[in-house]
Amino acid sequence: MIKLVWLVPLLPLIGFMIIGFFGKKLSKGLVGTIASGAVLGAFAVSLGIFFELGGQTEKSVTIDLFSWITAGKLSIPFSFLVDPLSSLFLLIITGIGFLIHLYSIGYMHDDEGFSRFFAYLNLFVFFMLLLVLGSNYLIMFVGWEGVGLCSYLLIGFWFKNTAYNNAAKKAFIMNRIGDLGFLLGIILIFVTFGSISYNEVFEQAKHFIGDNSVITAIALLLFIGAMGKSAQLPLYTWLPDAMAGPTPVSALIHAATMVTAGIYMVSRSNILYTLSPFAMEVVAVVGVCTALFAATIGLAQNDIKKVLAYSTVSQLGYMFLALGVGAYTGAVFHVMTHAFFKALLFLGAGSVIHAMSGEQDIRKMGGLKKYIPITHLTFLLGTLAIVGFPGFSGFFSKDEILAHAWEHNKLLWFLGVLGAAMTTFYMFRLYFLTFKGSFRGTHDQEHHLHESPKSMTIPLIVLAVLSVVGGLIGIPEVLGGHHYLEAYLKPVFEDSSLRLVHHLSHETEYILMGVAISVMALAMYFAYNKYVKNKTLPANEGETLNPIHNLVYKKYLIDELYENVIMKPINFIGEALHKVVDNQIVDGIVNGFGSMVTGVSGVIRKAQSGNIGFYVFVMVISIVLILFTQLF
Amino acid sequence: MSAIQIIPINWYILLSAVLFTIGVLGVLFRRNAIIIFMSVELMLNAVNLLLVAFSTYLSDSAGQVFVFFIMAVAAAEVAVGLAILMSVYRNTKSTDIYMLNKLKG
Repeated sequence: MIKLVWLVPLLPLIGFMIIGFFGKKLSKGLVGTIASGAVLGAFAVSLGIFFELGGQTEKSVTIDLFSWITAGKLSIPFSFLVDPLSSLFLLIITGIGFLIHLYSIGYMHDDEGFSRFFAYLNLFVFFMLLLVLGSNYLIMFVGWEGVGLCSYLLIGFWFKNTAYNNAAKKAFIMNRIGDLGFLLGIILIFVTFGSISYNEVFEQAKHFIGDNSVITAIALLLFIGAMGKSAQLPLYTWLPDAMAGPTPVSALIHAATMVTAGIYMVSRSNILYTLSPFAMEVVAVVGVCTALFAATIGLAQNDIKKVLAYSTVSQLGYMFLALGVGAYTGAVFHVMTHAFFKALLFLGAGSVIHAMSGEQDIRKMGGLKKYIPITHLTFLLGTLAIVGFPGFSGFFSKDEILAHAWEHNKLLWFLGVLGAAMTTFYMFRLYFLTFKGSFRGTHDQEHHLHESPKSMTIPLIVLAVLSVVGGLIGIPEVLGGHHYLEAYLKPVFEDSSLRLVHHLSHETEYILMGVAISVMALAMYFAYNKYVKNKTLPANEGETLNPIHNLVYKKYLIDELYENVIMKPINFIGEALHKVVDNQIVDGIVNGFGSMVTGVSGVIRKAQSGNIGFYVFVMVISIVLILFTQLF
Repeated sequence: MSAIQIIPINWYILLSAVLFTIGVLGVLFRRNAIIIFMSVELMLNAVNLLLVAFSTYLSDSAGQVFVFFIMAVAAAEVAVGLAILMSVYRNTKSTDIYMLNKLKG
């Protein structure tokens, strides 16, 4: 099965080709079937690879497909690396990708861009698979750029809306900033190690002796790329705006898969980070700051998708915190559980929006519990999973991260728990305002409320089951479980774990777990008290809020800050350069050459009078002059 | 010593130069095409004179051969030139070369 790994990205690519070229001629049913079928096929192969890899002793297999770039010392084969990490990501991408394709068939049914949507979605899956499968940084970079492109295309899917287009451009440009760092990182890797293939680079890095500042530089540059793609401070502002795209896109690209590319990249390069404690410290601090910062913004948002978007940014922060404190398995574990419950929550939100005829403001919802029972139940399960309710998937992964954070630095742990409390509060705020109480929308909307079709509810149910039981593969030892995931991923992080020693007594772990659970329960109680018991509603537009609340509601005015501090000066410089350098200097030189030729030829032309007598005269004078100069 | 050689070579050169200069000035300053034509002939003959003079002084017959050659070519040239002149006259009813400025851009 491992030999067939090339099929995994190829199937979605074929799907994209067929739908992209002939989509308009095919019926909607056929388009949906081809697109979902391609991803399902990829999922089947991935599943086979996963189990085959689990069964054999050779844990890292490189499949060479063809020689891609050969130039001088540089030789880059187009090859795939199949190891536990990439095979796990394959499963997440194709599995969740399939469910979201299925969901989209129902969700996008009435959209005129139906086939275009599926073409983009398949193309995205292709690039994402390329990203995780590549056996060197360049293939990863190709996938990295490709998913960025698809993200751009899908955020601006409804391109007739200017605001959506701006959101798409914002996402693309913000990512470009990060990509520059990533590219520089790859170049530095090549300069330092003379290769960009994972195997060679990590093998050399393991035995790297001496000044590790170059490794720190590489790690930090790569991390800049991760910051852009995975929406970390200060490059996170594109992600909330990316919610302009259709909801399945938010679920697949901007929650479950693409944004975790940064985490994949860092955990792939784990040995480089492990060798540079400073870089790890930076990763952890950026992660925890993002987790807290985004969580506070999430507390005050009223758009159902915006809350989930900030929640995603916040959860990505947790993953980076995990990477920063050396809990690589924890980070990958959280990527997986997060993919389950965040995809579920987004799809649930999509189902709510579908039922509400396009309304996204939670102030206009309420009491939806009895109208859309399946969505309600699955959404509740997703909420419990994300807040880390004991036994749900989020509990185990978050617990693992926080335990490692405690071990590393108590302050990081405290901030992490604080963020978790806020996560609990805003998620239950969202849940209560949407599903509890009484309906606050218009009469028309109430009349139109309906549960979504089967193609949408089935993915919800599957994801809800995964959100509940997904944590079981990573039950910590202290709870008497067996951490299957850790055992599975062990070969990937082996070299790092030799260098990072973990020791935490069972008592401490119990206490940490207890604290996390009680904080969560407290936050849940506060949310219940405020939004169910006292029936508080978020302030309407235009009502005066107290200054802090207002600042948070306005997202700390970060967008405005960027606008004023970065965009306006750049625009100003651009304008100035345009007026002075372009119009005056460059145009001046070009026009100067033109007028010089005209001017000089105007003078010379006078000699060509057409008067033959004059020509002869000049000829004679010239000959005489030549003779004189020759003679004397 | 023949009669020609009694006169010093300098005189021949001087005469030839004077004839040539007259020819050049004629070409430059006269407007009548026929006179210009004659001036050209004058220049050719100035050169011929020089050639035969040197040929005699140096006792080298090659110069005289050259002169015959030039005469033959000049005769051919005159035939063509006069034909052109005829055609010019038919078109412009004049032999004034300043009438011939039609090629001026």
